[in-house]
Amino acid sequence: MSEYIEHSKDSVSVGLVEKKFFTFAAPPHEMVLESGARIGPLTLAYETYGSLAPDRQNAVLILHALSGDSHAAGVYTERDEKPGWWDCMVGPGKGIDTDRFFVICANIIGSCMGSTGPSSVNSATGRPYGLDFPVVTIGDMVAAQKALIDHLGIAQLLCVVGGSIGGMQVLEWCVRYPGMVYAAIPLATTMRHSALAIAFNEVARQSIMADPNWNHGDYYGGRKPELGLAVARMIGHITYLSDESMRLKFGRRLQDKSDFSFNFDADFQVESYLRYQGRKFVDRFDANSFLYITKAADYFDLGKQHGGGSAVQACSKARARFLVISFTSDWLYPTYQARHIVKALKKCGRDVSFCEIEAEWGHDAFLIPGERLKNLIHGFLQRVHDERRAQPHPL
Amino acid sequence: MSDAHSLIRYDLQIIAAWIEPGSRVLDLGCGEGDLLQHLINRKKVVGAGIEHNEEKVARCIEKGLSVLQGDINQEILDYPDHAFDHVILSQTLQQVYAPAALIRSMLRVGRRGIVSFPNFSHWSLRLQLLLTGRAPVSRQLPYQWHDTPNIRVITLTDFRRFAAEVGLQVLKEAAINTNSQDRFGRITKVLPNLRATYGIYMIAAGKGFPS
Repeated sequence: MSEYIEHSKDSVSVGLVEKKFFTFAAPPHEMVLESGARIGPLTLAYETYGSLAPDRQNAVLILHALSGDSHAAGVYTERDEKPGWWDCMVGPGKGIDTDRFFVICANIIGSCMGSTGPSSVNSATGRPYGLDFPVVTIGDMVAAQKALIDHLGIAQLLCVVGGSIGGMQVLEWCVRYPGMVYAAIPLATTMRHSALAIAFNEVARQSIMADPNWNHGDYYGGRKPELGLAVARMIGHITYLSDESMRLKFGRRLQDKSDFSFNFDADFQVESYLRYQGRKFVDRFDANSFLYITKAADYFDLGKQHGGGSAVQACSKARARFLVISFTSDWLYPTYQARHIVKALKKCGRDVSFCEIEAEWGHDAFLIPGERLKNLIHGFLQRVHDERRAQPHPL
Repeated sequence: MSDAHSLIRYDLQIIAAWIEPGSRVLDLGCGEGDLLQHLINRKKVVGAGIEHNEEKVARCIEKGLSVLQGDINQEILDYPDHAFDHVILSQTLQQVYAPAALIRSMLRVGRRGIVSFPNFSHWSLRLQLLLTGRAPVSRQLPYQWHDTPNIRVITLTDFRRFAAEVGLQVLKEAAINTNSQDRFGRITKVLPNLRATYGIYMIAAGKGFPS
């Protein structure tokens, strides 16, 4: 996902927020990963907004995508000009209303935004893990989040919501811990990564690994594989947009010039934009984290992991009510993939709503402020909140 | 009709009166969810809907209804057998390409089906065709021949005949006289095929109906 947070500067906000940390799985009680590897201690960076109701039934867990972090909403200081990545959706009176809900967002393991990942120091060696960090899966990310939710004393989440790789975690939560999820909103996502999506990820990884500075993942303290990571980000950005959005945003317009340069500088605005996005990303993201998280997404296959190859079998484990949302111009996780989720859920009798939102902004549409998405999420959350309150014994 | 049913269209009031409290209901082509909302509020049903139009689907979900966007003929195929007590097809049968197949699906996923449609043999339509020689246009059927979504011309007599042919049991029927968006109307008992503007039928699989 990319960054659209500048769009929402003027709106109301949750205000000042604080990044917190939760550390668990200290040796000898390490977390056992899907690969069989063990890792510990693990730290999760997380933030919370709003307050937990006395009956603890108003918790909403937000799950972020590839390059996101725990900072979903609000600002860190009064002078902080950059609110969290989903500030347009999360806040007082917003789609996910922090006046009503206790909202939690945690950085995924494998990332580099405060949770344990390849750039973290391995307590066994005193040096950053690098490629010694075990390969983690979407399931491992969710298992780590479950430890945090247990730690916060929440027996059941009212809703889990997330887009893209965050949407994969939503689905994983629903089948891995069915009793802990009352409702779920998977956005712009899929039950299994397509060959197309894997292909783009692989090109992006190759770009990082081909950078001489990458040095088999051992670059901490030295020069970083900035060029490789920037190109990887450029590839990602192309997949987050769409033919239409690129035509509208850039067309064939030239950047700061009236004619071709007849060399290999950035002539077109789209080139200049991608170069800028690539450079910007390098400052805040770790190349190894990019490798690990994209690999986790590529491995994701809900039916294989939880249903013996059957998506319906996997979905039959879920107990949640679902709101599935896709976007017309998303070619990374096209609507047919959302429909597969809907179909599998219907076949096993789950309550599922589905809307394909007309949007020209491609995969990134779920991050862009829009009334349609906001109102859908708002209405669905209100409904499941009321329904759950009406039930003396949920589930 | 009691006050409780007076907020929605008259034809939907009739349908609502036929639904048992607490039952599981699927509304095919549910629009903005007026009927579903009504049934959930008044009859405590567990309701779901399918609607093609994004705008309408969004309205439904915003209201807190369980509705999914898609084509009714396709979407109904995914539900397990007997997932619902009632499957409703309100004022849509005349727009369905394969009515027999859809009704078969309705009675697979639901115990009972409820279908309603505008009656194409109302006297005013017959008169229009006879006197003007043009395809009839009325408040119930406000379209010209070239822009109508209604691809099937059905009369009450035709539907009864169709039901007998394919092995449908007609459990209830109501011929009503009401305008398209009206909250008031009346049951037409005398010469319904000539005088009713809409027909509503509750159906179940009869003998010989392929399941």
